[in-house]
Amino acid sequence: MANDPIHQFQIARWIPIDVGGIDLSFTNSSAFMVATVAVASAFLYLTSSNRGLIPTRLQSVSEMAYEFVASTLRDSAGTAGMKFFPFVFSLFMFVLTANMLGMFPYFYTITSQIIVTFALAILVIGTVLVYGFAKHGFKFLGVFVPSGVPAPLLILVVPIEIISFLSRPISLSVRLFANMLAGHITLKVFAGFVVSLSAFGAAGVGGAILPLAMTVALTGLEFLVAFLQAYVFTVLACMYLNDAVHPGGH
Amino acid sequence: MFVSSAQAASTTAQNETPAHAETAAPGAAPDAHGTATHSETGVAHKGVFPPFDTSHFASQLLWLALTFAFFYLFLSRVVLPRIGGIIETRRDRIATDLDQAARMKQESDEALAAYEQELAEAKQKAGSIAQTARDESKAKADAETAQISAALEKKLADAEASIASIKDKAMAGVGAIAEETATEIVKKIVGGTVDKASVTAAVKAVRG
Repeated sequence: MANDPIHQFQIARWIPIDVGGIDLSFTNSSAFMVATVAVASAFLYLTSSNRGLIPTRLQSVSEMAYEFVASTLRDSAGTAGMKFFPFVFSLFMFVLTANMLGMFPYFYTITSQIIVTFALAILVIGTVLVYGFAKHGFKFLGVFVPSGVPAPLLILVVPIEIISFLSRPISLSVRLFANMLAGHITLKVFAGFVVSLSAFGAAGVGGAILPLAMTVALTGLEFLVAFLQAYVFTVLACMYLNDAVHPGGH
Repeated sequence: MFVSSAQAASTTAQNETPAHAETAAPGAAPDAHGTATHSETGVAHKGVFPPFDTSHFASQLLWLALTFAFFYLFLSRVVLPRIGGIIETRRDRIATDLDQAARMKQESDEALAAYEQELAEAKQKAGSIAQTARDESKAKADAETAQISAALEKKLADAEASIASIKDKAMAGVGAIAEETATEIVKKIVGGTVDKASVTAAVKAVRG
């Protein structure tokens, strides 16, 4: 079990709940969703509770996150896109906290579950669709018609645009899921080498130094990936939301 | 390979089918709970990679929806207005402070300008006061000089006048004396009486 790189993704039912034959159990995954929300909420709530004019270090971390997401959203979707700010900020904090919590040994990484990342991606695309049609009606379909393209080419371009639009939730969710999954498997495999090699006595312990160094380096890399994937997810969400606000804008 | 080598012992001990051991080796790894759980998980998720195990999707979606909805509501109702408020307050405070600084600078500039203007006025006033004082004293001195010189000239004129009158008197006296002297001289030399009128005429003629 210690050496199985897949075991960390196993779902364990903690509190079995069954509603009409559908399994809605409270699992280890659910527990870490709750933990993610609790940690992120508590951090943001407690660090901002002083409302200091001169921020403390932790308060400035919260403010940095706020202004970082705000400027990312404003840059890609403009001032009109700021109505999505709570949504985008929640997405960023949720994914970032989930990724970071996953870096703790024995913690469950909820973003390594395709269904979780896919649900978040569908939430983004769903928001784009619902808001886009509610706000612009059929003009929202202009998102599939790039401006400045000659009419004959549109026959070719519009289907491509539609396919690219439909593939967005897939690429958005698979990117985050695959990065987290692959990173954790790699880490586990290299860490497993350390344990296995050191079982072979002194020579094995000497040989285990290489995978150990690799594990340390990969841990650093994984922290970077954890942040970067949260950032990429947020930036892409902002760009997609821009289509909802300005459907003819590209 | 270390996995499979470690596992080889346990799988052979449990006497599972070789096919199962190969396909489900990672997923149904030795569970330490014994063969019962092992075979159960083996049956339930035969070789299914956990993230693709659809049997947990409903639970995952439900709990994600619950937790994310709570997170969204909490952030949008409580946390974000608060952090946004803090940043806004700070921005306002900095703006008002800058405004105040600008206003104070303007005030000090104005005060400086007013001070310089007053200083210039005071200098000008001082200059004009000095000028009037100088002019006044000069005028006074001139007037006094003029007065004194007038007085002196008057005295001089008086003195000249009195000299002239004395001279006239003396000259007039000279005529009379000359006449008397002439009359006496004529009397002594010629004898008899001398006509006074002719003597006078003679004297006059001599005196020119």
